[in-house]
Amino acid sequence: MTTTLPVLLLLPSLVPAAVTFFLPQDSHALRNILQLGGAVLKLGLIVWMLVAVATGATYEAEFPLAPGLVILLRIDALALLFISLSATLWLLTTIYAIAYFGTKAELSRFFGFFSLCVAATTGLALSGSLISFFIFFELLTLSTWPLVAHKQDKPSLAAARVYFTYALPGSAALLWAIIWLESATGPVLFTEPPDLSGLDPAALRAIFALFIIGVGVKAGLVPLHGWLPAAMAAPAPVSALLHAVAVVKAGAFGVVRIVYDVFGAENMTALGVGVPLAIVASVTIVWGSVRALQQDEIKKRLAFSTVSQVSYIVLGAALASPLAMIGGLVHLVHQGLMKITLFFCAGIYDERAGIKRINGLNGMGKRMPWTSACFSLGAMGMIGLPPLAGFVSKFYLGLGAIEAGAPWVLAVLLASTLLNAAYFLPLLYRLWFLPCAANTKCDERAPGLVLPAVVTATATMGVGLLAASPISPLGWATLIVTQGYGP
Amino acid sequence: MSLTVFAMTGATLVGLGVYGLLARVHMLRRIMAFNLIGSGLFLFFGAAGARGAALDPIPQALIITGIVVALAASALAVGLVVALARSSGTACLPDEAGDT
Amino acid sequence: MTALISGLVLPLLAALAAIALPARARLPVALLGVGLTLAASIWLAISVWTNGAITVSLGGWQPPIGIALRADGLGAALGVMTALVMAAVALAARHEMEPLVAGPRTSFGFWPLMLLLWAALNAVFVSRDLFNLYVGLELITLTAVALVAISGKAEAIAAALRYLLFALAGSLLYLAGVVLSYAAHGTLDISLLAARTAVPGDALALGLMTAGLLVKTALFPFHVWLPPAHSAAPAPASAMLSALVPKASLLILLRLWFEAMPELATPVALFTLAGLGALAVIWGGVLALLQARLKLIVAYSTVAQLGYIFLVFPLAGGDGAAQPWAAGAWTGAMFQMLGHGLAKAAMFLAAGIYIAAVGSDRLSDVRGLARALPMTGFAFALASITLLGLPPSAGFTAKYLLMTGAFASGQWAWAFVLVGGGLLAAAYLYRPLTAIFAREIAVTPRPIPWGWQAVPLVLAMLSVALGLLSSVPFDFLQIGRPDQAAEGL
Repeated sequence: MTTTLPVLLLLPSLVPAAVTFFLPQDSHALRNILQLGGAVLKLGLIVWMLVAVATGATYEAEFPLAPGLVILLRIDALALLFISLSATLWLLTTIYAIAYFGTKAELSRFFGFFSLCVAATTGLALSGSLISFFIFFELLTLSTWPLVAHKQDKPSLAAARVYFTYALPGSAALLWAIIWLESATGPVLFTEPPDLSGLDPAALRAIFALFIIGVGVKAGLVPLHGWLPAAMAAPAPVSALLHAVAVVKAGAFGVVRIVYDVFGAENMTALGVGVPLAIVASVTIVWGSVRALQQDEIKKRLAFSTVSQVSYIVLGAALASPLAMIGGLVHLVHQGLMKITLFFCAGIYDERAGIKRINGLNGMGKRMPWTSACFSLGAMGMIGLPPLAGFVSKFYLGLGAIEAGAPWVLAVLLASTLLNAAYFLPLLYRLWFLPCAANTKCDERAPGLVLPAVVTATATMGVGLLAASPISPLGWATLIVTQGYGP
Repeated sequence: MSLTVFAMTGATLVGLGVYGLLARVHMLRRIMAFNLIGSGLFLFFGAAGARGAALDPIPQALIITGIVVALAASALAVGLVVALARSSGTACLPDEAGDT
Repeated sequence: MTALISGLVLPLLAALAAIALPARARLPVALLGVGLTLAASIWLAISVWTNGAITVSLGGWQPPIGIALRADGLGAALGVMTALVMAAVALAARHEMEPLVAGPRTSFGFWPLMLLLWAALNAVFVSRDLFNLYVGLELITLTAVALVAISGKAEAIAAALRYLLFALAGSLLYLAGVVLSYAAHGTLDISLLAARTAVPGDALALGLMTAGLLVKTALFPFHVWLPPAHSAAPAPASAMLSALVPKASLLILLRLWFEAMPELATPVALFTLAGLGALAVIWGGVLALLQARLKLIVAYSTVAQLGYIFLVFPLAGGDGAAQPWAAGAWTGAMFQMLGHGLAKAAMFLAAGIYIAAVGSDRLSDVRGLARALPMTGFAFALASITLLGLPPSAGFTAKYLLMTGAFASGQWAWAFVLVGGGLLAAAYLYRPLTAIFAREIAVTPRPIPWGWQAVPLVLAMLSVALGLLSSVPFDFLQIGRPDQAAEGL
């Protein structure tokens, strides 16, 4: 059982992917059953595994390819955190996507790649070695490209091209870094940090920079973030997936892996690369917020907000103090919940009311109360109002910054919070306090769309309120840091 | 002594062939140039095999094989030239036809 | 031994039968020959896997008098790759080379030529005798040239003649080297040459042979004949020409440098070979970017992809002692040979389907065909993944092993070629892919049978599977591997 479970975790997304590609366009029922069944099955497996891991089981599966190329699937606490998040949000996104697309064309292709994308994310989360991380990282790029291009109109194809122009050089940098490092240390496994003494510090700094460029493209670090706002041409479920579950998260997750499992916090400090990384993350946080302020389109504003918010995770990793790490890791989950709520709602506004720009939101609070309530919760969480999810992350990041002796980070957090408020509060004001345009046709009688948003919005509140519980994301992040990466 | 003559003749034939290949654009001439080079090489090969006390039979066997191969290649080439001349009216390659 | 000989004899017999038998029996006989040769190639690979490299001295005569045939891991692996590509080509040609479609003459000529080409390729894969290799190369050239010209169109004949000029020049250069080498050492056997006492003339002999083989492999700057020839041939023929034919001369080159005369590998020579390969990667990629026809893009990409393999010369071995797992650059290059063969054949066969469906391979005409012919579009995309060197394809395995070799041996500058070539490939394959997957359909296609559409898809899947299951092929390629491939030149 110890070797089969990691493989079993891949199958609930791989099998539906393989079958869905060959389904006729109009067999909607079968396709939906496959997709939902896969998602539910996977969630069940993860719950089972959580219980097993809590009682001390370890899981590891290895597939040797050519020498040096080993696909190693391993389940550790960090992997579990990411995989639980992605599996939960995948199920909700699937429900949402089924309701969103209805009976539109090319759905077999869409859901095929959709499942493949989730399989790649799962593999990425479970990767126990650098090279298997890279393999799934690339698979993720390949499987998300058709999703971004799904509409096949000019803006989508342009967005997909921009995505590739950023992603492929990024993965080239990542491969370069991996091979450079491994040619000196041998294959790198995440269980034991490699012996870096064979490389001189200058080379190690260069390798670190290449690693950060490689994963930073996906994490949307400024100045590598350009593809993310462009990719807004994709349909709403894809944006939700990209921003909350898969791509951006994979980048942030990669930063955490590289900082803690490849280099280790001590080496990072010794090499003096932690502070530059924290500065890049801070610049990204502020710059993303400033740019979000200038956007008139709801989805574009959310996209720049993602650029900003994901760097909290990077910041937490870069500061390398235990509390900052907890803040960063917990934000991996919190940002996912909040951002997916916001994108779900943005999709509902667009699909059910034709609202794409922020001035269309006027008075929608009364017309679409459920959606607007969820949107407001997500937005307030992003700003960091207690007791919502975002507050917990920012609180821990702030404490961690002091602990790490970098009080300037507090200024960044404060500036970011003010900026977050500046770009979200006007939306809430429009929603609830401005009169609506009379002739807007809208309704939210679409449970498949609204329900996932309600669930994630409730979770945004729940993870904040119950943060003290050991099974909350915060409890889990604390466990990861104290067990795995403690000094 | 006579072996040197053979070898020198072979080398001369190769040189003539190379000149023809480079200087002529008419395809038939080029095919003949190839045959000249081939014959030169075979002559040299034969001379190499005739050195020493005992006669080495291998080069002779190989030369015969080589001549057959060269014949087949020439036949195919001439066939192609004829087809080219029929379809395009010239026995030179398109971008070289001007400077016959 | 029987497997080795049947791989040579069966396609020859089938070729003769296809010429001699009446038209009605031609196709069944050819397909039977294809099936039997495929089985023989797989059988040979299995016996090499179980028994190690197989050596056969023809007629019981030992070298230097007789001719030795030897199937090592590399030769047998290339044999299987060739067999798979040939079987796919045959299945596609069943539709494309029908007398009603292709004309009676083309349809008559295709099958014997294809089988002859196969026999010659198999001969080169197992030959250990320089002159025997020459005969094999000539046979490959003659059949390949005939395949280019088979349509009888003026541009095809011109392309074939240009190809023939280059190929004959290459053959004569090679032959001159062989003659010089024999004159100096009195043997043509590769193993005996490896044990010879070196003389000053060896460098000239090796240089002449190498130059001839480079012309035949279409390495930059000798590549000018390749794109017109490969794009003028009918698609199934292009698939063989691009996927298989350059591999034969390349294999001889590897055998010469790694087995026969490894001590002549000076740093300058190795740098020159790899440098030309790097230029081929760049130049082929840039020219592929500029083409407007699918087959020309794919043909220029062959020029680029063959360039990677030449990086093996300085990289092979790597710092094998320090990192045992790093000694894979040689195997990486062999993965590139195999993976490129499968993927490139898939691409040309896909192009053939498009030509059959809309009558043209211009990018403006194949727009939107993925909707009508989804399997073909998927095949093209999968094959692209191999050419881009993205995981988990064979192209990635090759790139990974070569890059590891580059870093392990401290020659990391060559890694720029590998990474840059991948990005360039992404750039030149992006255009055809977006055209094929565009929403609007430019020309309404004729229906294409499913069985035909599946052929390139299977090949493309194999090229990915080769990477996904690379541990067995990796071990297989080590059978009978020359020592220099592990220790470096």
